[in-house]
Amino acid sequence: MENTTLAHHLLLAGLLFALGLTGVLVRRNLLVVYMCLELMLTAATLALVAFSRFNRTMDGAIFVFFIITVAAAEVAVGLALIVALYRRRGSVKSDELVTLRD
Amino acid sequence: MPDGLFIFFAALTLGAASLLVLSRNAVTSAMGMILALVGVAADFFLLDAYFLGVLQVLVYAGAVMVLFLFVIMLLTDTAESAEAYPWKSAALGLAVFFFLAAGAIWLFVWSGAVPGTAAGATPPELSANPSEFVTAAKGFGRLLYTKYLLPLEIAGFLLLVALVGVVSLSKDPVEENA
Repeated sequence: MENTTLAHHLLLAGLLFALGLTGVLVRRNLLVVYMCLELMLTAATLALVAFSRFNRTMDGAIFVFFIITVAAAEVAVGLALIVALYRRRGSVKSDELVTLRD
Repeated sequence: MPDGLFIFFAALTLGAASLLVLSRNAVTSAMGMILALVGVAADFFLLDAYFLGVLQVLVYAGAVMVLFLFVIMLLTDTAESAEAYPWKSAALGLAVFFFLAAGAIWLFVWSGAVPGTAAGATPPELSANPSEFVTAAKGFGRLLYTKYLLPLEIAGFLLLVALVGVVSLSKDPVEENA
């Protein structure tokens, strides 16, 4: 722990965020795109925890607590939306879902 | 030079996240996501945020990813991997990744914008800090019921709204018309 500085943790968070954004841009399966979105959110929480630890304050960690709560609710609603979309359109591929009507 | 555990878990996290992005099978992607989340939880432990690490494994790697796996196995057909690979968007994604990664490396390693202090040095503007960093879960409880009471109530209400929303979204549309 002594030799690991704030910059190392921020670098890991930045690379994770870059990977997540790449996944959102590249993948066609809506479920995988959604997982990549979650990965970006997790990368942001990692940066928050690192800042919180290295500044010796608790507020960033509390913020992460709320982010985890909101992410759980968001995943439940988002997956329900994707299932409803699949029922109506029969696909979860983003390049087949380009029209608003059936 | 960071210590060995950090390097190990950082490599594990980044490798699993690459598996999530690159694998053409959605179930393999979900497994990579679980591994990446466990790696992030391990990093939380290395940052002395033990409560958040446990919460990450329980909520994210546990509940959320089980939900994801259920829906993936429900909706995804296994024949999809025979499709042509989207080279154009893959090139765009690779360019974006290298752009962002180079930016992150420049900002956090070379630019000197991040102070290289080890954990423990309190910055002067936080010297009168009412919420000192503690590793015990007790610290969360104390702050959640004093300084962050209103956000806590709103978070609880948000969970209720999500619950009602999911139930109303999951109702069968055919059943409604009857």
